[in-house]
Amino acid sequence: MPYGPHAAADRERMLEALGLDSVDRLFDDIPPELRASPLDLPEPEPELELSARLTALAGRNRVDLASFLGAGVYRHWTPAVVDQLLLRGEWYTAYTPYQPEISQGTLQSIYEYESLLAELVDLDIVSASHYDGAAATAEAALMTCRATRRDRVLISRGVHPHYRGTTQTYFHGGLELDEIPLVADGPAAGTTDLVALERMLADPDRPVAGVIAAQPDFLGLLEPMPEIARLTHAAGALFVAVIEPVSLAVLAPPGEYGADIAAGEGQPLGIAPQYGGPYLGILASTDALVRQIPGRLVGMTSDLDGRRAYVMTMRAREQDIRRDKAASNICTNQALLALAASIYLATIGPHGLRDVAAQGAARAAALEAALAAVGVPRMHEGPYLNEFVVRVPDARRVHRALLDRGVLAGLALADAEPDDPSLVDGLLVCATEVTTLDEIERFARELGSLLAAAPARPAVAAGVR
Amino acid sequence: MVPTDLRYTKDHEWVRVEGDAATIGITAYAADQLGDIVFVELPDAGRLLDQFAAFGVVESVKAVSDLFAPVAGEVTEANPELGRTPELVNSDPFGAGWMVKVRLTDQAQVDGLLDAEAYDALIAAG
Repeated sequence: MPYGPHAAADRERMLEALGLDSVDRLFDDIPPELRASPLDLPEPEPELELSARLTALAGRNRVDLASFLGAGVYRHWTPAVVDQLLLRGEWYTAYTPYQPEISQGTLQSIYEYESLLAELVDLDIVSASHYDGAAATAEAALMTCRATRRDRVLISRGVHPHYRGTTQTYFHGGLELDEIPLVADGPAAGTTDLVALERMLADPDRPVAGVIAAQPDFLGLLEPMPEIARLTHAAGALFVAVIEPVSLAVLAPPGEYGADIAAGEGQPLGIAPQYGGPYLGILASTDALVRQIPGRLVGMTSDLDGRRAYVMTMRAREQDIRRDKAASNICTNQALLALAASIYLATIGPHGLRDVAAQGAARAAALEAALAAVGVPRMHEGPYLNEFVVRVPDARRVHRALLDRGVLAGLALADAEPDDPSLVDGLLVCATEVTTLDEIERFARELGSLLAAAPARPAVAAGVR
Repeated sequence: MVPTDLRYTKDHEWVRVEGDAATIGITAYAADQLGDIVFVELPDAGRLLDQFAAFGVVESVKAVSDLFAPVAGEVTEANPELGRTPELVNSDPFGAGWMVKVRLTDQAQVDGLLDAEAYDALIAAG
């Protein structure tokens, strides 16, 4: 196959064969007002100059920071074998090949991804991946509407704000998405308000299709998932658990507490944090929902000679078959990133994954103690795994000041949840197995000295500004 | 010749009317064109069907197609056997492979459907 793109002569030959005088004629069916307008792009640059410019731009990235940022994307140690195997050319195709006669390798890799994730979430079925955790969550919400023929979904404010925003976007045009508030104070503060949930589920005029809650929630806290599942099912609705996959090595999996669907971000499984992705959307469900789950399912079978073989088992509800009645208007998967997750899981194994989760939790406990020692307490009382919120007066300014001191102090919640005044003094901080005790000590020292140098206004003032 | 006691649609559904009760299925021709049927998605009892609107989905090894209601009415029963044995639609499309029973809302709609002769002519014409 030639390396270069089509040359002018190639295009001429193709147009001649088609009997057309211009490529534009191929777009005649699309009304002019819907066509892309010419792009306002700079002139091409020589490769050498472009490379120098991009290197200078990349140089502005801060790689010296001690990072405590999580908030949905987590740094983990990735064994070198993961990226090395991903570099193999066999995996790079313009489109995922599903023809079983020639694609046993790709199909096997997808089958293994689905099998590994099914074990992790303890559900029957895992689709061959989606774009990211937000998209998977939105698809899960739509599944509950299709399965129950109801059009209202409740989503906890404890679900990542980006996931809530994406689901809201999917719901434009007829479906209703209502937010369940979080408990304001007391031991359960920061987790889904079960009293409010029960009340919202009880409205006889607005039956609920599904309830969505995250474990751990966006604030790092552990949710009462079995209780949410029980309330949801009592109202005839389906329960969607938004999960973080590494945590499932130590927390109860969705299948155990009765979730019908699990959705989540697969990035922590061997995929480096990268701004804007690409990431990996995990979507899993019970057998009862097999015809509602969008995407492809690969299965294991045997060929005519009785040898093990892999095939596309189910994609009947995809866009190429069902057109406008497809289960989803997204008709692709993230095969390469699903493969990264499979290699990661296969390399570190169940014990390794448990170590990763447990070490992260231990580092987070050390972080909590170090910050408390300089007068910075947690905002909530409930248990967490490896991420929590601390109360810092004027958190946004402190966050900026710490950047100058080489510390990325997590996420200022005033930015992430601007319409929740109770979180305005919150910094969401996280530790994983790659967080060092030196970094923790540096964070505590710099924060302590910053607060000592500029005594902040009392934290209670924050709520009234 | 297809059964003469049924009425038919251009979309290859059949309906058997007994009083105000109507039984609905797909024809042998449709089942044969679809190939091995592996799944049938049917509405629950109580659902109201509009004439010629999609009321379910039939899935074969090679295609997924909508089921269209030949007549309007309220679903009184969906064939419970098809969940476990969807292949009944292939083996006995006019009998055990029926899909839903409905209570007719407009008897006159039946007269507008094809009779056996007209439907035979339709499939003969391809």
